[in-house]
Amino acid sequence: MNVSIEHYLVLSAILFVIGAYGVIARKNLIIVLMSLELMLNSANLAFVAFSRALGDMTGHVFMIMSITVAAAEVAVGLALLVSIYSHRETLDIDVLKILKG
Amino acid sequence: METVVFYVFAALALAGALLVISFRNPVSSALSLVLALFSTAVLFVLLLAHFVAVIQILVYAGAIMILFLFTVMFLNLKSEALKFESQNLPFKVSMLLAVLLFVGYFASLGFKKGISLSNISTSNTDGFGTVEGVGTTLFTDYLLPFELTSILILVAIIGVVAIAKKRAN
Repeated sequence: MNVSIEHYLVLSAILFVIGAYGVIARKNLIIVLMSLELMLNSANLAFVAFSRALGDMTGHVFMIMSITVAAAEVAVGLALLVSIYSHRETLDIDVLKILKG
Repeated sequence: METVVFYVFAALALAGALLVISFRNPVSSALSLVLALFSTAVLFVLLLAHFVAVIQILVYAGAIMILFLFTVMFLNLKSEALKFESQNLPFKVSMLLAVLLFVGYFASLGFKKGISLSNISTSNTDGFGTVEGVGTTLFTDYLLPFELTSILILVAIIGVVAIAKKRAN
């Protein structure tokens, strides 16, 4: 039995669901950020799978852009996290829902 | 052979992803995320995306995970600071089902097209996914987006320094 693009897409969808569940259900801000990375990674897998299926390397280019955005997002997110932790001494997102600084 | 490798590393990726969201300790989660990202890189190799697989390991599993681990250890979290996970199981299960329904809807939309991997001619895969192939695409058709990426990174660097800098009282 050959591995078809559907296998990769199903895997990508499952990884996305796991990541989305982590973003929604976990309360730790660090783990929420990591789940976000999982979701981005699953989207990358779908990009590369479609790229292979269509024989077009545009998907690879988009995947490189996506990695760049993910790296920038993680850097800013973790800087915010350090700043928040030095202010509030907690990473519980239920405590951090106040927008006032 | 390809099928076996796919299933082994797909299972590893799923296991890593599940461990990320189930560990309480952020360091354990970060190491599980490395497992998930590395397994995905192997799947990229299976999809003939060699350059992208190397980038995945260098940037994702390397740089981004180092950043995560560095932050977790820099914060030096007390064990009391991690004891706030909610135990509301019905809420969690209902959320999982809602997410499943939402993603399943879009996945079923995508499968109607039915693209198969077998209809690609072998001549087309010559140089597919190599540094040369991706580089040619990146520096001809997508030169402007590629250059704009550097502005994004510059903005991110300045933003991080501005946010994380200690404020003078």
